[in-house]
Amino acid sequence: MKPATFLITLINGLQLGSVYALIALGYTMVYGIVKLINFAHGDILMVGSYVVLFMLTTVFAAQTLLAKVIAVAAAIVFCVMLGIVIDRVAYKPLRSAPRISALITAIGVSLALQIIAQLIFGSEQIKFPQVILNETLFKIDKKPVKSLPIITCCVSVVLMIALNLFVNKTKPGRAMRAVSEDMGAARLMGINVNNTISLTFAIGCTLAAVGSVFYAQKVGYVKPLMGSLPGIKAFIAAVFGGIGSIPGAVLGGFVIGMLETFVNYFASQYVDAVVYGLLIVVLLVRPAGMLGKAVREKV
Amino acid sequence: MLKVEGLNVFYGAIHALHDVSFEVKQGEIVTLIGANGAGKTTILHTVSGLVRAKSGKISFQDQNITTTEAHVILKHGLAHVPEGRRVFSQMSVQENLLMGAYARKDKDGIAEDLEKVYMRFPRLRERYRQMAGTLSGGEQQMLATGRALMSRPSLLMMDEPSMGLSPILVGEVFEIIRSINASGTTVLLVEQNAAMALSIANRAYVLETGRIVKEGSADALMHDDDVRRAYLG
Repeated sequence: MKPATFLITLINGLQLGSVYALIALGYTMVYGIVKLINFAHGDILMVGSYVVLFMLTTVFAAQTLLAKVIAVAAAIVFCVMLGIVIDRVAYKPLRSAPRISALITAIGVSLALQIIAQLIFGSEQIKFPQVILNETLFKIDKKPVKSLPIITCCVSVVLMIALNLFVNKTKPGRAMRAVSEDMGAARLMGINVNNTISLTFAIGCTLAAVGSVFYAQKVGYVKPLMGSLPGIKAFIAAVFGGIGSIPGAVLGGFVIGMLETFVNYFASQYVDAVVYGLLIVVLLVRPAGMLGKAVREKV
Repeated sequence: MLKVEGLNVFYGAIHALHDVSFEVKQGEIVTLIGANGAGKTTILHTVSGLVRAKSGKISFQDQNITTTEAHVILKHGLAHVPEGRRVFSQMSVQENLLMGAYARKDKDGIAEDLEKVYMRFPRLRERYRQMAGTLSGGEQQMLATGRALMSRPSLLMMDEPSMGLSPILVGEVFEIIRSINASGTTVLLVEQNAAMALSIANRAYVLETGRIVKEGSADALMHDDDVRRAYLG
């Protein structure tokens, strides 16, 4: 592998990794607080990109910068509302039910979102408009370094730092940590647990909506099933890092993204096998994940 | 101050509390004693809103709080130190104390109360940056108590504060409860250590399989034959 190729692959790996990390954060935060693997989270990504597409093709005539900003904002708002509604309607009634019930419900919600999207937009893939500037910044050894991967990484890192500050330094962030550790004790502190859970879904969906723009533009199209694959990869990333752990999700996202990109360079047919293989190895060797803590189940 | 009338609580098909009625008056230390599984913790959980009663009425300072949500009940001035402390182990000591003041907005008052808690529990000040999960049992009990005091409660409910502590620490914990009460906070204390509880309480209720079977002044119950036989050995 030539140094230039290596550098380009590295940048692409970081790009994919930041998208996975953004989605993985949603998985891990929701799991941390309600102990639910929200399998519909990947489909939020799909919804987000359809909202952007809809805004830029149907609502606005010209794809001006302002239109693009509004489109992304609309995707965030829509995904946040959708996430909160899904939680209140589908998951909240099952809060004290066995976990498997909520898990099955999450799979149901995921399918419902995919089918609704097919009903509205059809099942064919549609070209995704250019939202983020993707010019050649410079060339290394005649290979172009584009701006989309760089912007993706920078925005993602800024969001992750902001999230970290929010969770660790602010009052609602402390409430989230308290609820995720001990819901009952958190209620005794005067924390409105339902609002805190909604806030968690809202943050997860914001990150997914931002991730959806990066992802859809990277692959270049949208389709109703587009959320499944990055959703599962991000879920693996969250498990790899230790589900429930925020730094774990970021680590997992970047590791999976890099791994996938480099394997893709050498032997693209093995990409999924390697990623799923990694999941199996992690579950065998370190079931709590790299940064996760092995927690005792409370009886 | 706190009045509970005809409380019935079910866990699925299990009838956990049968027509429980009791009262805590301003300034008192009242204790609920009884064996493991008698329903003491259930009573506290129902009063603080973590468990819903099937029937009955709970009023606090003349307000009906039977169906009020847990996070709102705290704002009425009722704090609960749960069984097993349940400090937030992944947070520092200071963060735990600030969680206790979560519902408050008066920054100066919070700072003042934080100082008071540190005065009362110097060990917590020494360890303010340490993760709560790394504290000893006695320190965690102090932290859980301090955290509850941070909400400036008028009634403090404590569930088994002596659980898992050495005899010396148990004495210390009860001394703390007495001093909290002396500084004007009413206390409702749930204990298996009946001798200790009765020694600091004004009045007591004896609980057996979800029913209140005896009540009276702590002195009288301490000399009651049945109570002596069953709980004081």
